[in-house]
Amino acid sequence: MPKHALTALALCLGLAAPSVALAEWKPNRPVEFVAAAGPGGGTDTFARVVQSALSKNELLTTPIIVSNKAGGSGAETFIYAKTNKSDPYKLYFGTQDAYVLPLANKLSYSLKDLTPIAAMVFDPFILWVNPKTSGIEDVKGFIAKAKEAPGQLKLGGAKAKEADETLMTLIEYSTGVDLTYIPYKSGSEAAIQVAGGHITANVNNPSESVEQWKAGVQKPLCVFENERLADTTVIADGMSWHDVPTCKEAGIAVDSFAQPRTIWAAADLPPEALAYYTDLFTKAAAAPEFKSYQERGAQIPRLLTGDAFKDFIKKHEASYAEIYKRNGWLRAEQ
Amino acid sequence: MGNFGQLMDGFAVALTAHHLMIMVMGVLLGLVVGVLPGLGAPNGVSLLLPLTFTMDPISAIILLTSMYWGALFGGSTTSILFNIPGEPSSVATTFDGYPLAKQGQAARALTLAFTSAGIGALTGVLVITLLSGWVANFALRFGAAEYFAVYFMAFASFIGMSGGSPFKTLVSMMLGFAAATVGIDTISGEARLTFEFDELIGGISFLIAVIGLFGLGELLLTMEEGLKFEGVKAKLDIRVIARTVAEVPRYWATLIRSALIGCWMGITPGGPTAASFMSYALGRRFSRRGRFFGKGEPEGIVAPETADHSAGSCALLPMLALGIPGSATAAVMMGGLMIWGLSPGPMLFTSQPDFVWGLIASMYMGNIIAVVLVLATVPLFAFILRAPFTVVGPLITVVCVIGAYTVANHMFDVWLALGFGIVGYVFKKLDYPLAPFVLAMVLGDKAEDSFRQAMLTSDGSPAIFFSNGLVATMMGLGLLLLCLPVISALIKGGRGPKDGTAAAPEGRSA
Repeated sequence: MPKHALTALALCLGLAAPSVALAEWKPNRPVEFVAAAGPGGGTDTFARVVQSALSKNELLTTPIIVSNKAGGSGAETFIYAKTNKSDPYKLYFGTQDAYVLPLANKLSYSLKDLTPIAAMVFDPFILWVNPKTSGIEDVKGFIAKAKEAPGQLKLGGAKAKEADETLMTLIEYSTGVDLTYIPYKSGSEAAIQVAGGHITANVNNPSESVEQWKAGVQKPLCVFENERLADTTVIADGMSWHDVPTCKEAGIAVDSFAQPRTIWAAADLPPEALAYYTDLFTKAAAAPEFKSYQERGAQIPRLLTGDAFKDFIKKHEASYAEIYKRNGWLRAEQ
Repeated sequence: MGNFGQLMDGFAVALTAHHLMIMVMGVLLGLVVGVLPGLGAPNGVSLLLPLTFTMDPISAIILLTSMYWGALFGGSTTSILFNIPGEPSSVATTFDGYPLAKQGQAARALTLAFTSAGIGALTGVLVITLLSGWVANFALRFGAAEYFAVYFMAFASFIGMSGGSPFKTLVSMMLGFAAATVGIDTISGEARLTFEFDELIGGISFLIAVIGLFGLGELLLTMEEGLKFEGVKAKLDIRVIARTVAEVPRYWATLIRSALIGCWMGITPGGPTAASFMSYALGRRFSRRGRFFGKGEPEGIVAPETADHSAGSCALLPMLALGIPGSATAAVMMGGLMIWGLSPGPMLFTSQPDFVWGLIASMYMGNIIAVVLVLATVPLFAFILRAPFTVVGPLITVVCVIGAYTVANHMFDVWLALGFGIVGYVFKKLDYPLAPFVLAMVLGDKAEDSFRQAMLTSDGSPAIFFSNGLVATMMGLGLLLLCLPVISALIKGGRGPKDGTAAAPEGRSA
């Protein structure tokens, strides 16, 4: 009953103020942030940092609740979005997973069920080894080792058929080596396995391995970007993020492979709500809490909203689809 | 010892009126959260996290860990009172806790659980204090094969030690493994056994399964037995609490054994769940009163509770030193650390000694405060069970259904829980043990992942499970535990059947 009453009320208000309402929309009850990852994971931290940036700077004064729907590599979140069509009080936090997951698996949602809001920042990918246990000091050594014994070099990453394994196949194509991929639950777990000398190498975001680097049990070989990272603060061994060569200059010809941190709403989000959130997250990206999160993770500050974000999604999805096709990972069309 | 000096500094940080108040608040909040099934510690901590954004990191982590202790105690409460474990690690507490409460000794059962849990937790913190420097390096030696060996030990001890028929234990465990495979597989990235139900893509939630198997299943059984609930006869006597606390030291052997198992499983990646199950199984085997386990035996409560809490405390160490959380709640806290600007890792101990040692000091105090507070709530909880079953029964049903729904806000989960309720009832009727099912369901996917990762690393050669001293010892111990009943039966057989009754299947094997 109250639902109908609310609808009626909304209708009356809508009739009374037909044109002013646009761009005036503002949340007046709690907003839910659904993270497509478990607690402690990259996406979870992203959602909570945005939450803290918004509430600390009073950019959003209604309460924000972060929840986690990590099931099915995060697909649970986007399936949940499908059931909440046009709801402006639920936002979904993820990576490229929102449009890459349906490529490999038969899922009941598609990109059409989501409204893209923003990509707030990009996480670069780095190739790591443990220099002590592997004897590898640079990319050259890595390639030589891999060529010495095809299929024997074990490279770890988070989950199967996602960013990490995709990147490994790109390394294989561009250098002609044969690696064995070992999937773990998270990027940090793979990092610890490299640090302990159980596997040779891993690929992940800088923040997942930086502490191991400081402790001397991991070393960055190269970063999968077209340009070196900007940060010149010395971190370990007298090196800064800027001193890590790009993989291109070091001998692995892979283009920029950054991972966007994305925010979505369900399909048919009212345009005034979309305008509100676009503005809100643009402000949040400039907040000090978000800036320090960017610095800690050696992330690439690049905010995409509106059409720029839509274009990016289209291109990014197509490039993943192409790699997936080559790897034979595309799901069989029924 | 440098550690003690630093611990004293830590006490200086943690021992302020402000922090003590935060601890009391955290424990009470945690207790509330822990008692409501479906909400649970991880969700509670996650809801509280935004409040900590404006606090300084040490106050924030004290609040969250205190809440964690409170929630752990709250989880044991529902295990004992309603047979609904709030966390995977308190499942083993139901085996003897609930029967004892049903016999009208709820206050005794709760006090036993809380006291031994407190002792376990303090042992765990002591281990952290003494071994903090060493553990981080030790944990690095755990690769996929070592992980698998730890899980293998837990499974093996359960098959070898179960009271009933080993065949039934095995069947139950295999069904648990099957349930654990539902959802997207880590290694291949493919969806398994989801039958194209969207709700199953994330796998079957442990909470749904236990709410059904334990809560609803037991309810069906009680109804069949004629709505009898012995709790009514319980006399409420505050002195029971003091008497029970004094009774605990008598179980010193069980306490030491369980604390050792707990610390080992907490430092290695086994975690609190494996620890409590293993400790219960070994308790049944090695305790003199082992054959009474499952019928309301005090040692059957002391064993899992001590191990659960000592493992829970020890598990914080890998989280701080390696950034690998040992439990769902630890994962939420780790998320908190990162938002406060601290990165868990090997350098945290040297770069943030105030934070780390303040936290460890607060763990001593937080646990003592938690034990005192929860002991004070015993009369209140025991009182609930004095209500007639016609009141308690519907109450449990409502709690179960709401709990199942709140896990993910899916109506599907409620039906799933009802399905599990029927399964639980059938299991009990046919005398199949439920514990192996739950154990396999909780640890099955982890064991499978690490087995397959190990196989990928070794190119398919099982020799990796015996490739170094550490993993070979653990696998050897596991095999020994698995074969122990056979070996002891052979020895006994040689001496002639003197004790025929002990070998017969026992009526209610958890």
